[in-house]
Amino acid sequence: MLELKNVHTFYGVVEALRGISLTVNEGEIVTLIGANGAGKTTTLKTITSSVRAASGEIHFDGKRIDRLPEDEIVKMGISLVPEGRRVFPRMTVLENLEMGAYVRRFDRAGILADLKKMYALFPRLEERKNQRAETLSGGEQQMLAIARALMSRPRLLMLDEPSMGLAPLVVKGIFDIIKEINEAGTTVLLVEQNARMALKAANRGYVIRTGEIVKEGDAKSLTEDPAIRAAYLGEKVYGKGEAQ
Amino acid sequence: MKNLYRKYRTVALLLLAYAVPVLTRDPYVLHLANMACIFAILTLSLNILTGFTGQFSVGHAAFYGIGAYTSSLLAVKAGAPVWLGFLAAPVVAAVFGILLGLPTLRLRGFYLGVVTLGFGEIMYQVFVNWISLTNGPKGLTGVPAPRIGSIVLDTYGSYYFLSITLLVLTIVVAYRLLYSRVGRALLAIRENETAAEAMGINSTYYKVMAFCVSAALAGMAGALYAHEIMFVSPESFVNAESVSILSMMVVGGIGSIPGSVVGAITLTLVPEYLRSFGDLRLVVYGLAIVLMVIYSPQGIGGWITRVDQYLSGTAIRKPVRGGVERGAA
Repeated sequence: MLELKNVHTFYGVVEALRGISLTVNEGEIVTLIGANGAGKTTTLKTITSSVRAASGEIHFDGKRIDRLPEDEIVKMGISLVPEGRRVFPRMTVLENLEMGAYVRRFDRAGILADLKKMYALFPRLEERKNQRAETLSGGEQQMLAIARALMSRPRLLMLDEPSMGLAPLVVKGIFDIIKEINEAGTTVLLVEQNARMALKAANRGYVIRTGEIVKEGDAKSLTEDPAIRAAYLGEKVYGKGEAQ
Repeated sequence: MKNLYRKYRTVALLLLAYAVPVLTRDPYVLHLANMACIFAILTLSLNILTGFTGQFSVGHAAFYGIGAYTSSLLAVKAGAPVWLGFLAAPVVAAVFGILLGLPTLRLRGFYLGVVTLGFGEIMYQVFVNWISLTNGPKGLTGVPAPRIGSIVLDTYGSYYFLSITLLVLTIVVAYRLLYSRVGRALLAIRENETAAEAMGINSTYYKVMAFCVSAALAGMAGALYAHEIMFVSPESFVNAESVSILSMMVVGGIGSIPGSVVGAITLTLVPEYLRSFGDLRLVVYGLAIVLMVIYSPQGIGGWITRVDQYLSGTAIRKPVRGGVERGAA
C-alpha cells in the first residue's frame, strides 16, 4: 500500500534520512521505532510532503506521491496524527473534528455519520463536544487528534508518538483504540519511542537509527531480539549487543 | 423581547448607522463619522490578516496609502472616472499584498511584524520621494469627489452614505469569509499551522489569500479616504497610522468583527474628545490601551458578544464546575 524506496531527506546540509526503504501492507499495523533524533518524525513528514525528499521514491497504491503537495496527499487517503497532538486549541471539540473532514467538501451526510462513529469510539469527546480543545486533558486531546485524523476517512493512518506525555493507563487506552481502528479496516503506521507498547500492538516493525533502517521484521521477532531488548526495551544485556 | 431583539438588531443598527447625517448636520462630526468608517474598514481588513489568520502586520498603512494614491493618481493625472479609481485601488493594493505575502510565507509573529514594518516604511519613502508621480511631501491636490448621476458627493454628509455603504459591505465580506470554508482554513492556520496542513489545508494558498483580501480592503479604504479629504499626502500613511489601526484592532478585540468596528469608532472619536487635554491626550490614549489589554484582553468585542448573547438569550450558562468561558473569537 505504502512503499518508500531509498528515500533521502535533508535539513539544509544535514542528512536526516539516509536511504529509508519501508513497506506498509494493507490492513497492517507497522511500527517505526527509534530514539530521539533517529528520523522517525522526518520519515512521516517526508511521506506527507511537508518536507521534500531529496531523492528516492514514495508510492501509495502504486502511484508516486513524493512530488505531490500536502493537501493532495490527505485527499489520497493518508492522514497524520501529529506529534504532540496539535489540536486547534481555541476551536471546540466539534469544530476540531469538522476541520478533520476539510478535504471531504461535498460529503455532508458522510461527515455527520462519521461524527457519530467518532463519538461511539470516543464517548468522552461527545461529552465535551462544545468545549474548547485547550481545556481537554492530554489523553483527551490525543483522542481528539486521532478522531480528527480519522475524519478525513484515511486508508492509512499515521500516528507520531501518540504515547508522548501520557500516563501509562491512558497510553494503554490509546493503543487499544489504535488496534480497534485497525480492525475496522484502517492501515496504521505507528511511530513510537515507547517500543514495548508499539511492538505489542504492531504486526511488523522497523528500527531506525541516525536516519537508517537498522532492523526490520515481524513484531514478535523484534521483541525477542536481544540487541533491541537492550537498546529500546530497557533490558540490560551484557555481552556483544550491537546496539549501544 | 428576546425574539424581537434577535429579529431586529441588524435592521436597527443599520437604520441608526444610515441616520447619522440626519441626526447631525455638523460637518466636523460628519467628517469624523467618515473617518470612523474608513478606520473601521482598515481595522476589519487587518483583523482578517492578523485576527483570523494569525499573520502579524505592522505596516497596514502601506496598503491604505497604495489605495489612496492609486485612486487619486488615476483621477488627477489620468483623468479617469472616480469610480474606476475605487475599483483599481483594491486591485493594485491586492497585488502588493500578494507580492508581500509570497516572500514572507515562512515568517510569523515578530519576524513578520518587522518585515511588514519595513514594507510600511518603504512605501512611505516611495510616496515622499517619487516626486514626479506623487508630488512628494506637498501632496496631491484636486482629488475629485465621486458623483452618482447628477448628485456630487462633495459634502461630508452625502459622502457618508458612500462610506457607511462600503463599511457595511466590508462587514458582510468579513462575516461571509469567517463562516466559510476559507475562514475555517484561516482559523486553523492561526491555531496551528502544522495541524492545519495535516488536515489537507494548503497553508501557502490561504496565507497569501489572506494577505490579498486584507490588502484589497485596506486599498479600498485608501480610495475612500482620498476622495473624502480630496487631497493625499504621505503623512497620512506613516507607520504611526499602522500602529493606530493595530491599536483599534486590539482595543476592539482580535478576531472580532463587531469589535473591529466599535474599536475603530472609539479610537477615532476618543482622541478628538481628549483634545482639551492638549499633549496629555496621547498619554491618556496610551493608558487606555494598556488598561484594556490588561483587564479585557478580548477587547470591546468580548463585551459586545456577552451583551448580545444576554439580550438574545443565546448566552451559554457557565457550568457550575469545570466551566469554560466562551470567548468572542
